[in-house]
Amino acid sequence: MSPEPNAVDTVIDAVSAVFMVVGALMSLAAAIGLLRFPDLMSRMHAATKPQVLGLFLLLASVGLQLRTWWVWPVLLVAWIFQLLTVPVSAHMVGRAGYRTKHLHKELLSTDELEAVVVKAAKAARESEEDDGGNRTAR
Amino acid sequence: MSRQRVSLRQELPLLVWLVIVWGALWQDFSPGNLLFGALLAAVVARLFYLPPVELSGRFNVLKAVPFAVVFLGRVVAASCQVFYLAVAQGPKVTNAVVAVPLRSHSDLMVTATGHVISLIPGSLVVEVDRSTSTLYIHGLNVRNGEDVLKLRKEVRDTEAGLIRIMGTKEELAALNQEVGA
Repeated sequence: MSPEPNAVDTVIDAVSAVFMVVGALMSLAAAIGLLRFPDLMSRMHAATKPQVLGLFLLLASVGLQLRTWWVWPVLLVAWIFQLLTVPVSAHMVGRAGYRTKHLHKELLSTDELEAVVVKAAKAARESEEDDGGNRTAR
Repeated sequence: MSRQRVSLRQELPLLVWLVIVWGALWQDFSPGNLLFGALLAAVVARLFYLPPVELSGRFNVLKAVPFAVVFLGRVVAASCQVFYLAVAQGPKVTNAVVAVPLRSHSDLMVTATGHVISLIPGSLVVEVDRSTSTLYIHGLNVRNGEDVLKLRKEVRDTEAGLIRIMGTKEELAALNQEVGA
């Protein structure tokens, strides 16, 4: 920080202050969502979305405050990795959660996956029974 | 183990990305460091061989920039929506799991659509059926059939945008035909 803050400094400080506060608010949103939402799937929404934006805003304010161009690539890479990994982890947790029935069916207005999962489970069971039948026949 | 040779052109995006990450992590984009990074990237790509991502070979920058801007805007909207729903509705929120058949059958396209859709308002990929390239999407605050249609349209529109950016020529032609019809 220079001893005499000029207009540009003030603007940058103000913008990064806003970014930090909003970023922190987004983390708060994620926390509220985790507490308030009824089942695992809707909690995954809360865990993924506000947090991606919150991280973006906090990284941006870090970049603004450090005032050196070479931190921007690191921050950008960090955020891109976040963008790439968050949907994958959300998908894995959501998938496992659906199969292990960690959801409230009565809160779903439509469920087009249920029939598919039931069918797949039935097919798996039948092929298992077929195997069993073969084994006894042998 | 069959290892089909990957052409340099196919591998180039991966190598460039690795060099950029290398430079970013060292916070040093001097030519010497980048050259060493490129060398390491080539060695890593040879040693830790992964199936190549099948790129379509076209990338429309003019379509990509507006898409990225709209995407950022929707990430902001998504966060605000989740915040609002968490505070206003909380335990009473109504959801749905919706099947959305995609146009494209390429892995890259299905993955990209799934990623984008997971980050924009109200949707999360629960299950992927690769053989029919159908995404099963969990929608937040989907109360009735109308919302289901809206969600499905949104996913299809996202895919259309991605096809316009980096789909193959065939996919693009099919899309244009569909829109024209």
